[in-house]
Amino acid sequence: MSFYMELVDMKVLTANRLDDGAVVYIGKAAPWVEDLASALVAVDAGAEGQLTETAAAAVKARRVVGAYLMPVTVEDGRILPASVRERIRAAGPSNRPDLGKQALAPALPR
Amino acid sequence: MYRYDEFDQQAVDERVAQFRGQVGRRLKGELTEDQFKPLRLMNGLYLQLHAYMLRVAIPYGTLSPRQMHMLAHIARKYDKGYGHFTTRQNIQYNWPRLVDTPDILADLATVEMHGIQTSGNCIRNVTSDPFAGVAAGEVEDPRPWCEIIRQWSTFHPEFSYLPRKFKIAVTGSEHDRAAIKLHDIGIRVVRNAEGETGFEFWVGGGMGRTPIIAKKIKDFVPKADLLDYATACLRVYNELGRRDNIYKARIKILVHEMGLEKYSALVDAEFARSRGTVKLPDAEIARIQAYFAPPAYEALPATSTGFEAHKFEDKGFRAFVRTNVHAHKVPGYAIVSVSLKAPGIAPGDASADQMDAVADIAERYSLDELRVTHEQNLVLPNVKLDDLYTVWQQLSAAGLASANIGLISDIICCPGLDYCDLANARSISIADELQQRFADLERQYAIGNLKIKMSGCINACGHHHVGHIGILGVDKHGKEFYQLQLGGSGAEDASIGQVTGTGFPPERIVGAVETVIGTYLSLRHGDAETFLDCYRRVGLAPFKAALYEAR
Amino acid sequence: MKLVKNASLIADGRKASVVENDWTLVDDDAELPEGKAVVVSLARFRAERDKLVGRNAPLGLRLKSNEAPASVADDLDRIALVALEFPIFRDGRGYSHAVQLRQRFGFDGEVRAVGDVLWDQIPHMIRCGIDSFEVGDDFPLAAFDEAATVFTRHYQPDTTGRPTINELRHG
Ligand code: HEM
Ligand code: SF4
Repeated sequence: MSFYMELVDMKVLTANRLDDGAVVYIGKAAPWVEDLASALVAVDAGAEGQLTETAAAAVKARRVVGAYLMPVTVEDGRILPASVRERIRAAGPSNRPDLGKQALAPALPR
Repeated sequence: MYRYDEFDQQAVDERVAQFRGQVGRRLKGELTEDQFKPLRLMNGLYLQLHAYMLRVAIPYGTLSPRQMHMLAHIARKYDKGYGHFTTRQNIQYNWPRLVDTPDILADLATVEMHGIQTSGNCIRNVTSDPFAGVAAGEVEDPRPWCEIIRQWSTFHPEFSYLPRKFKIAVTGSEHDRAAIKLHDIGIRVVRNAEGETGFEFWVGGGMGRTPIIAKKIKDFVPKADLLDYATACLRVYNELGRRDNIYKARIKILVHEMGLEKYSALVDAEFARSRGTVKLPDAEIARIQAYFAPPAYEALPATSTGFEAHKFEDKGFRAFVRTNVHAHKVPGYAIVSVSLKAPGIAPGDASADQMDAVADIAERYSLDELRVTHEQNLVLPNVKLDDLYTVWQQLSAAGLASANIGLISDIICCPGLDYCDLANARSISIADELQQRFADLERQYAIGNLKIKMSGCINACGHHHVGHIGILGVDKHGKEFYQLQLGGSGAEDASIGQVTGTGFPPERIVGAVETVIGTYLSLRHGDAETFLDCYRRVGLAPFKAALYEAR
Repeated sequence: MKLVKNASLIADGRKASVVENDWTLVDDDAELPEGKAVVVSLARFRAERDKLVGRNAPLGLRLKSNEAPASVADDLDRIALVALEFPIFRDGRGYSHAVQLRQRFGFDGEVRAVGDVLWDQIPHMIRCGIDSFEVGDDFPLAAFDEAATVFTRHYQPDTTGRPTINELRHG
């Protein structure tokens, strides 16, 4: 990781999809993606504001629930959630590697 | 077992239709999440870390093989092939889709099951002794009374928006396997000098942030007054319970702050006014009790030569009998505990295949009955001694024969941060490590009866306050951390564990438990002195010294 | 705001309907309108009880969720309407207060729910003795239709006097 990256407050917007509850993120290419690797990382207040607006619209449109910004870091191009909680949400239960997103993409950060 | 009549079935079916409508309104946008949440919670549907979570009630812990097969079916069809049996005689599914939940509840309704009032600030699933009706020395089977309470509390118009959740437990035994003193209302079936059945009422117990042991409020409530007295208890609570602070809203805080005497006087006054309102006709008591009449037990000798021979020959079976087989009130029968604490599996989790297997065994060898326990295990309540060996073999084939009931590896554990939205730390991973560390059965025997209970946050779903050894996951500057508590008990000798001191990081908590065990083994008066007895004799100090001074 | 009355729990019973609100809610420091049915707060009732019961017009009382009807028990026969506040849906004290008005004090005037009244709470409210509902203008009347059909029977005795399941079971 380059030095200045640490100084930047990086955030990803996450939520649960309304109809099935799956963990989703606002993505680079699509509004809602399931894997964190495809998420859009906001690096300033302006970008965060845009994510929050997109999310509010999606909550209103009943696509997602419980949207919030979560802090991340980026190492070697990989997005890493700052908290244990978000690492587990991004991967799946740590006692069941066969379940959750980790089961589909074993290379996801743990 | 109780069977629904047309009225019970109609109520549950109508509830499914109501919920289908609510989900429909939510998906169409006629309900916001804020409006929908209380409605889904009243049907046991949460939103957790990875997905929705559906909690299904197993009222007072009794279920039929047919119901267990349905639980397996739901795990397979709508979930990821497993379920989690909780400390509240419920089962939780971790991955249902919102859009499927009305169908799941409809499937459950076909076997007289539901998720009604498994969450929300209402009267929750009534819990009971898993050995009810089969334990020796029971005053009376508590389950008819549980069923009476279940019906009375279902869709109660006055008590669906209480200050906080309300949990009732009932036991019919002196030996408390239902933790009644840790419930909002705990009820013990008793008999008075005239030989009449009645109820000892305990009130204001609970765990969570402020653990409090219930206080006895009445020695004897006559049968006919059961529901009127309970109504009075709840009415006073509904009016006066705190609503300004969610952590102070349980009845335990009301009783604690107001004092038992004052609360009791208010309840008595309300009871005097409203007594006779909720009619509980003798005919209804008799109708419900008839469903719980003992099954057709065969007249058998108290011992079985086949059983004794297998015990002699087979070490594995001997070990199983030692911990998992308990005395039955009928000669020639035994109660069998089925441990859901196999190594490498989250405590309380069972796969759909295991649910089917245990249902088949119950059908064939346990007079069509199963139980679930607040220690997250299953029970086959009616097994002939002659069949025990076969039952053990079949359980073994299903991976359900862990011979560890009551031992250190029989860990009670909530889902923690691997699933739960409220968690501060993982609990399953610590349980797993503990099981590995104490895997050796001889060592487990040497340690003897020991209950480790663990919660991933202060809500205490894993009963850590009443573990002989309790472990509480906390968050310390964004890192998982674990506090240790010693000396708790959820049984008739209920006590709240004492915190040892500063907590431990994940890599040190298992070692800390090992230190506690080592200290106990060095201090105990002979093999017969259990951890709890020893702790009560010597107190916290030597454990504290061992844990913190060596550092 | 609109006022709904005639709600019923019986499938083909009365139809709930929007009715004119004949009552005027009077602020604590406002003049009492001459000859009009008024609803006042408990505080104002306490302060001006004699004047209020002496008026020649119906009197209504609005109780906050922490104000128990027991505190006005002796005056209930002079009161024609009690409005129970449900400040948020989670605050269920009003249910116990309605039951007490009907069962303990035999109050036979109007008991009105005001505040955060939700679709799915209506059957419970009716069963506890509430017989009118002040709801938002966009509150769907379909909620009242559903209330009449959602549950055919009930386990507990309630203020509607319909037979309980136990009474049906055992005649
Ligand atoms: C995963 C979702 C769950 C959530 C959101 C949840 C939430 C809570 C909360 C907030 C409390 C504290 C109540 C209070 O102090 O007023 C609590 C207590 C409790 N829960 Fe859970 N829980 C969950 C799962 C479980 C599980 C899996 C079990 C059983 C293993 C369980 C059993 C209990 C018990 C026994 C209590 C203690 C009751 C008391 O305080 O007296 N819960 N739960
Ligand atoms: S104790 Fe906390 S972490 Fe564990 S299930 Fe309950 S709420 Fe979740």
